[in-house]
Amino acid sequence: MSDQPQPISDDTLHAYVDGRLDAADCAEIETRLATDVTLSARVQAWREQNQALHALFDPVLDEPVPARLTQTLAPPARARWLHRAAAIGWLAVGGVLGWAVHGKLEPATPIEAVALAERAAVAHVVYASEVQHPVEVKADQEQHLVHWLSKRLGTELRVPDLNRFGYQLVGGRLLPGDKGPAAQFMYQDARGVRLTLYVAIQTDGAQETAFRYEAGEGVNVLYWVDHGRGFALAGEADRATLLRLGHAAYETLSF
Amino acid sequence: MGRHPFEEHLPRLRRYALALMRDRMRADDLLQDTLERALRKFSLFRRSTDLRAWLFTIMHNVHVNQIRAATAVARTQPDDAGSDPAHTPLDDAATARDISNALQHLAPEHREVILLVGLEQLSYEETARVLDVPIGTVMSRLTRARERLRALMSGETSPTLRRVK
Repeated sequence: MSDQPQPISDDTLHAYVDGRLDAADCAEIETRLATDVTLSARVQAWREQNQALHALFDPVLDEPVPARLTQTLAPPARARWLHRAAAIGWLAVGGVLGWAVHGKLEPATPIEAVALAERAAVAHVVYASEVQHPVEVKADQEQHLVHWLSKRLGTELRVPDLNRFGYQLVGGRLLPGDKGPAAQFMYQDARGVRLTLYVAIQTDGAQETAFRYEAGEGVNVLYWVDHGRGFALAGEADRATLLRLGHAAYETLSF
Repeated sequence: MGRHPFEEHLPRLRRYALALMRDRMRADDLLQDTLERALRKFSLFRRSTDLRAWLFTIMHNVHVNQIRAATAVARTQPDDAGSDPAHTPLDDAATARDISNALQHLAPEHREVILLVGLEQLSYEETARVLDVPIGTVMSRLTRARERLRALMSGETSPTLRRVK
């Protein structure tokens, strides 16, 4: 037993071959390898396997990655507003941007609709967190609010009733839109979670769209263009919830 | 606009995919499937986790699913085709071809371990996480994979000697 050296475990041999031992342990192994032919042949073979794998497959590292793969990662134009908003610092960037859901509903979205979603998202982030003055006109003056915003936007507006989803109207405000005035209606649920509906007139001949959805860390947006008017629901609610709310809002808003 | 955070990992993911599939087309298909799945799951990804290991995990899962699907198809169809006629050789170097061929004779779980450790140089802990197995399993698979590869590679030199007539 005394002159019989301790057998070296396979784990240690692997660690040696894979360069995961410190210098002292390496030296110890190497002493043993010098006298043990069987062990040495084994280690040599394993090491050569690693070298052969690198020789065979490393050249691909220097090849350009095919365009179809890099394109898979390119965020579509309409997801970029999330990056921009994040860059400005209004959205939390948890390493999570708009890629998660992009491109799954419709392939192409008109640029104008993208701008609508972007503005709605930013307006939501800015005002939904507002404690003192979340709205300009409160819900107790709903009639006045609707009349006022309809006049400013130059179109008849209606406020969707989202009470059955637990969202009560807080009020609304006038905002600068892309090319003119825009309106924001704010809702809030029992826990104080806010949802905003953003409305802006689109340019003449604006393409109508189905519901589109963009997801971000701080805010998700469901938006659509109908009869020359752009609508966007923004909030923390998930896609399924926003879709339900969107369908309800659409019934009120489409006329 | 910065590059996508996955992008810096593409060359190594491609290398791993190529080593698994041996065929460039199928390797890039595997990578594309991996990226699409990773993009869908990215919002669930915790920033604290190592992105590279996470992407390898997804590729492993996609690959395993493909193998399962292929096995299911193979069971319902007569096995008349040879082993892998569609595969194209990668390199002419004799040793490289040896290991390339030998790899195909490893069980998939052994092939993955030896590639993740020997080629991708993932730590044993990372490899265990990627494959979702205990580290002891990684080590024992590694021994079996390396010994099997050694046997295959020393055995495969003999056919070239029988060039009689």
